[in-house]
Parts: sequence; C-alpha cells; structure tokens
Amino acid sequence: MTKTREGGIVTVSTLVLGILTVFTVFPLVLMVIASLTDENTLIINGYALIPEKWSLEAYRYLAKQAFMVGRSYLVTIGTTVFGTVISLVLTTSVAYPMARNSFPYRNILSFFVYFTMLFNGGIVPSYIMWTQIFHIKNTYAALVFPNLLMAAFNIFLIRNYYRNSIPESLYEAAELDGATELQIFGRIILPLSVPVVSTAGLFTGLTYWNSWTNALYYVTDPQYFGIQNLLMRIMKNIEYLRTGAADLAAEGTVATLPGNSIRMALAVVGILPILLVYPFVQKFFIKGIVVGAVKG
Amino acid sequence: MTQPTTVRGRPKAAAGRKARRGSRVSLLLIALPGVLYLLINNYIPMFGLFIAFKNYSYSKGVFGSDWCGLRNFRFLFISNDAWVITRNTILYNLVFIFLGTAIAVCYAILLFELGERLRARFFQSALLFPHLISWVVSAYLVYALLGTENGFINNTVLPLLGREGVDWYTSKSYWPAIITIVYMWKHAGYNAIVYMSSIAGIDKGIFEAAEIDGAGKLKQIWYITIPMLKPTIIIMMLMAAGRVFYSDFGLFYQIPMDSGQLFSVTQTIDTYVYRGLMQEGGNISLSAAAGFYQSILGFLLIMTVNGLVKKVNPENALF
Repeated sequence: MTKTREGGIVTVSTLVLGILTVFTVFPLVLMVIASLTDENTLIINGYALIPEKWSLEAYRYLAKQAFMVGRSYLVTIGTTVFGTVISLVLTTSVAYPMARNSFPYRNILSFFVYFTMLFNGGIVPSYIMWTQIFHIKNTYAALVFPNLLMAAFNIFLIRNYYRNSIPESLYEAAELDGATELQIFGRIILPLSVPVVSTAGLFTGLTYWNSWTNALYYVTDPQYFGIQNLLMRIMKNIEYLRTGAADLAAEGTVATLPGNSIRMALAVVGILPILLVYPFVQKFFIKGIVVGAVKG
Repeated sequence: MTQPTTVRGRPKAAAGRKARRGSRVSLLLIALPGVLYLLINNYIPMFGLFIAFKNYSYSKGVFGSDWCGLRNFRFLFISNDAWVITRNTILYNLVFIFLGTAIAVCYAILLFELGERLRARFFQSALLFPHLISWVVSAYLVYALLGTENGFINNTVLPLLGREGVDWYTSKSYWPAIITIVYMWKHAGYNAIVYMSSIAGIDKGIFEAAEIDGAGKLKQIWYITIPMLKPTIIIMMLMAAGRVFYSDFGLFYQIPMDSGQLFSVTQTIDTYVYRGLMQEGGNISLSAAAGFYQSILGFLLIMTVNGLVKKVNPENALF
C-alpha cells in the first residue's frame, strides 16, 4: 500500500518537474537551434525547433569577425580575472580581522560592512563620484571597480567560515609560536579556507562575467565593451558588427548579413563558458547558496 | 582578551601586551584596503545624496551647484511618474514575494520527494541554470520567443492555435505577466535551494512516525513539511519585503528591450533613475530626487522589517 503511494508521489514529482524543466530549458535550446538555422529559413519561418534548412553561416561570419568578437571576449575574461582576484584579496582581508576574537574593533568593522547592506546612496551620487572625481569614464578600471568589487554577502560568508570552521586553538597555537597576524592569515588561515574562498570566487567571477551595467554607465567607447555589452549593442543594431571591419563591408549588402542567426550565435558564444563550467561547479554553487542564506 | 597573561608572570605579560598591540595594528592594516574601498564605493555616495536638494549642473559640480530646497521633489511628485514607478516597483515585488515563494516551496517539496534519484539532480541543475545567465542573454532568449517577425510564439505557437501574431514589444497589457514569468524562470530554482536545505533538516523520525500512523505523502507534506518550513518561509518573505522599493534593473531594462511604449507597466524606480541620469533629455535632478526617495524609504523599511525578523526569530535578524 505505502509502496504504491510512494510511487505515486514520485511519478507526480517527475512529471511536474519534467514539464517545468522542459519549459525552463526550451528558450536555450531554441537559441542554439536558431543560431544554426539558415538565414532565409529564419526570415520565412521564424525561430523554429526543427528548421527546414540548417546552416553554419552565422558562426562562419563570427569567425570572420574574430577580431571584434575576440576582443570583447578578452575584455570580459580580463575583467573577470582581475575583478575576481582583487575582490578575493579585499574580501578575505576584511573578513579576517572581523573573525579574530583578539581584535577589539571587530564589531565596529562588522557594522561598517553590515551598514552597506542597509543603506546606499544609489546610482546618481555614485555616478557623479566615479566620473567627476575618479575620471573613470572609458577606462578598463570602469569595468572592474565601481560597485562589484566587494559584496557584503561574500564578506560574511568568509568571516563565518573563519570563525566557525577553524578552531580557535589554531590561532592561539600560532600566536604562542610567535607568528605575526599576517603570517597566521597568509600561511595558516588562507590555505585552510580554500573551499569557502573558491565559492566566493565562483560567485564573484559569475558576477563579472555577466556584468553589463558598469559599461552601460561608464563606457561609450566600444573598444572597452565586453561580450555582454557587445551583445546589447548588436541587439539594437546588427549593422554594428560590420562597422568593425571595413574590408568586410565591401563583401555584401545589408540583405546578405545573416543578422538574425548571428545574434543568436553570439549569445551562444556568450554563455558557452558558463555552460561548460556549470556541471563541475554546481555543487559548490548550491552549497554556497545554502550557507549564505542561513545567515547573510 | 586578558585571560592567560597573569599566569605567565610579569615580564611576559608586558611582552604579551606589546605583542597584542602589534597584532591589533597589523589587523587594522590588513583590513585597511577593503575598508578604504567600502568608504569610497559605498559611503561617499551616501553623503552625496544631498544633491537631491540641489539644481545640479555638470559645469558647476557637486559643491558649486545651487541649492534649490525641495524643488526637485515637488516636480517629481507633481508628475504622474512618481506614482507609476512606485506602484510598479511595489506591485511587482509583492507578486514576486507571494507567487515566487509558493513556486519555490513547491519546487523544493517535489525535488525532495525524488530523494537521491539521478533525475532529482538533473532537474535541480536545469531549474537553477537560468540564474547563471546574464540579463542581456536572457533578453535574447525572450526575444527569440516574442520577436514580432521571427519569434517562436508568433510563428509557431499562435498559428497552431489559429491566432494572429501579436506585436509583443508594444502591447503593454501582456507585460505584467511576461515580467513575472521571466522572474520565476530566473529565480525560482535558486530560491528552491534554500527551502530544500530546510526540508532536509527536518527530523526523519517525524515522517516515519506519521507513516506508521497511516498518513499518506500528501498528508505528510501538508501537516509536517509545510508547518516545519513556516519559519524559513516567513524569514525569507520578510527579508524580501525589506527590499520592495528596489527592483532588479536588468529585468526591467533588458527584458522589455527599452521599449518606450511599455514604460507605464515596466518602468520602476531603478529604471527611472537610470533614464533620467543617462539618457538624452533626461533630468538628473529628478533622478537624484527619486534616488533619494528610494534610499530613505528603503532604509526605513529594512529597519522596520529587521525589527519584525528579530521578533520572529532573533537568529536571522541582520543585526
């Protein structure tokens, strides 16, 4: 009796979640197929699951435009790597004193960080400050520094780990051996906190890879566009792709530019790294969400 | 801080004090770079909020611009804009909080019932994946579905139903639903993870006891799982309630493709502030006023909510 009942709920769960999964994944599948569809078929039939004619033309075109696409790809990779590294250095080094019982200002420091979650000045004063005082308009720094570098969420994630998962006796033993704080932090605590630091790095890296708002505010020169902002630009104006390469402009007219499939091909290229890495990191990702949600 | 020194005798105590002062200074130095960043990135703009009371001009700068009292606020609230953006921001958030929680809890319960089966992991990965996609690419995906000329819905779905195509990006009546669906698509899988970990924490013995007493799965869910989840649900909803004056800029800016005809149902405080600040013909003073209004109300609300959270469950309070 209970066996069939249990079987019942499993069937229902499988069915409901199966349908929801299909709906969730469907737009992604459609995007990939659209990128592989012949442009004329697209114009006549629209984006369809089973196109009448397949084509690699969009990817061939992107390969020809490798300079522009490759450039924005490099900008995104550079931003992600620099942003994540600097972020982890700053985040761990603020989290460490917050976790030390012997540090008399740890509560003040914690509140200093907390308060940024409660109150903020909003974009108008930030924008004026970054552009008028720091003059970051149209620089690579504009992609890395404003807003994204330190998330209070990550600071507390790491502080909690330092405090709860590393035994106090370890700090005491190191102190008795005459280690300085910098030595304790660098040689003992950091190596022990690789799992939580990589989780924070994962979140930060994803934020940088997907970020487009900094360039929206602080960049007008397309040479500083990462892949997301190139995608934004191309959604508005597919012609933009050809402005990057004058030699290609002679090759064809507007009509032959496979605009609709190129758009989707470029979007596929934009999420490819995430798709590739996802199966390997999702476990850490889920763990990070759980730990962070319990207490921010 | 002061325990072991007395045991070690006087000279050592003095040395210990010196070492402690040294360690205090080094800890301060270690924290310094991050503190400086937060001071610049987060604290200076807080003080910059006062420009909402100025007639800001780029040539005169922040300090040189003339004070204008409440003029910016008067203009903001005289226009219909203040009402529209506040209504949109709050109403969408309320829908996200209630519907979003219901869907996430359902996801979590269904996933949990699948236990350790391989397909549970597969479903979870698939449902979480949209959370990792940027809003820019999400907008492409929505466009592949809703594009007027090429979109899947106009070309495949509607003809199958024998209906005419719709010009989605100019028809505002559909957008409250579209925005809500896109939000659920992107975030429900993420929120479900929190509830799943909560369900996993429930004592298995309770379910076993209920089963022995003859309670079926549905009864177990209704009388055990959901009541046990209640504290988590309340806390999560309250935390979200603290942020109802804020909206996800990407959702409201990217997904409607910046379409002006949809503003009355897609404009929120955040997109309004952005447009005033950055777009041609925008009014930075009105943006500053709207930003000020959002910051202050947002702060008061989060403080109120934190007080409530503290009453429900002190451990989950922000401070």
